[in-house]
Amino acid sequence: MQVTFTRAGMARGAARGLPLVPIMIPFGLVVGMVAQAQGLSFAELVLMSVLVFAGASQLLALELWNEAAPVLGAAAAAFVVNIRMAPMGAALAPWLDRLRGWRVWGSLGTLVDHTFAFSVAEMRQGGRDAGFLLGMGLLFWAFWVLFCAAGHVFAGLVALPRDHPVFFGAVACFVSILVALWRGPGRDLPPWILAAVLAIVAARLGVPAPLPLLLGALSGAALGAWQDGRQERRA
Amino acid sequence: MTIRPEVLLAILAMALVTYACRAGGYAILRNIRTPPFVDRMLNHLPGALFAAYVAPALVSGGLAAWIGALATIVAQRAGGPMVLAVAAGIAGLWAAQPAGL
Repeated sequence: MQVTFTRAGMARGAARGLPLVPIMIPFGLVVGMVAQAQGLSFAELVLMSVLVFAGASQLLALELWNEAAPVLGAAAAAFVVNIRMAPMGAALAPWLDRLRGWRVWGSLGTLVDHTFAFSVAEMRQGGRDAGFLLGMGLLFWAFWVLFCAAGHVFAGLVALPRDHPVFFGAVACFVSILVALWRGPGRDLPPWILAAVLAIVAARLGVPAPLPLLLGALSGAALGAWQDGRQERRA
Repeated sequence: MTIRPEVLLAILAMALVTYACRAGGYAILRNIRTPPFVDRMLNHLPGALFAAYVAPALVSGGLAAWIGALATIVAQRAGGPMVLAVAAGIAGLWAAQPAGL
């Protein structure tokens, strides 16, 4: 397959991504506001959003923030939340294998769920210009940093107490993602319940964060994997 | 406008791990086949992860938090944008709190 990487391809990816930009607004604002409430400076929050550019892992890491920055906890949270992106790069191999240097490793750096989904669709429809992925990724990245920064500025202006209802937005973001992920009770209910119960019990037993979260997430995923495997062997 | 050294360290650690997830998947997975169990686990990981995050928050948040979560679910299922679902959740909690729930 002949693969190109042009400015026109990047522009095409950016244009395709533009209508999706608003979906980052709640997440970005919440990340910025939580960062401000947890004592991160504006520069620190912007740096985090620029370098990490992965909303769910940023939010989880920020919840762990105490007086001291949780280096190990933040790295562990980033791993468990972001390992889902590992198979995405492999799925884009038909494009990436034909690129060199910064075009490959830069494109991979901007990979997120939506740019992946749209790029795979573009690739399967016969798209030959791999600039699509980076163009869309850069657009998302720029707006991500902007929305996070806006959240930090807003929280700084109105000085909200940490128990203000607005901070429920963090939970609400994840609840709405769960609704989108839901594939039915048979497949998702047992793993989700196991994950929830283990996370609650471990936290009650005094297991330090983020271990209850990791324990719940990995156990739930293992249960789901076991269920699916059994289902497949039956079929 | 300061960047504290230990905060910088935490941010760099996150950035490094996250980039390794993004790029490492391509660098490693295109050459080897992952066991089916690992594929299935990766498939289930996001849902289990978010359930493990949400559940303790709802339990400690009491009835008001559940009302907020329910409002989010209803708004999201109605097919609106995520912004509205999140706003509905915050509004639900906000309305329930003064009621002493």
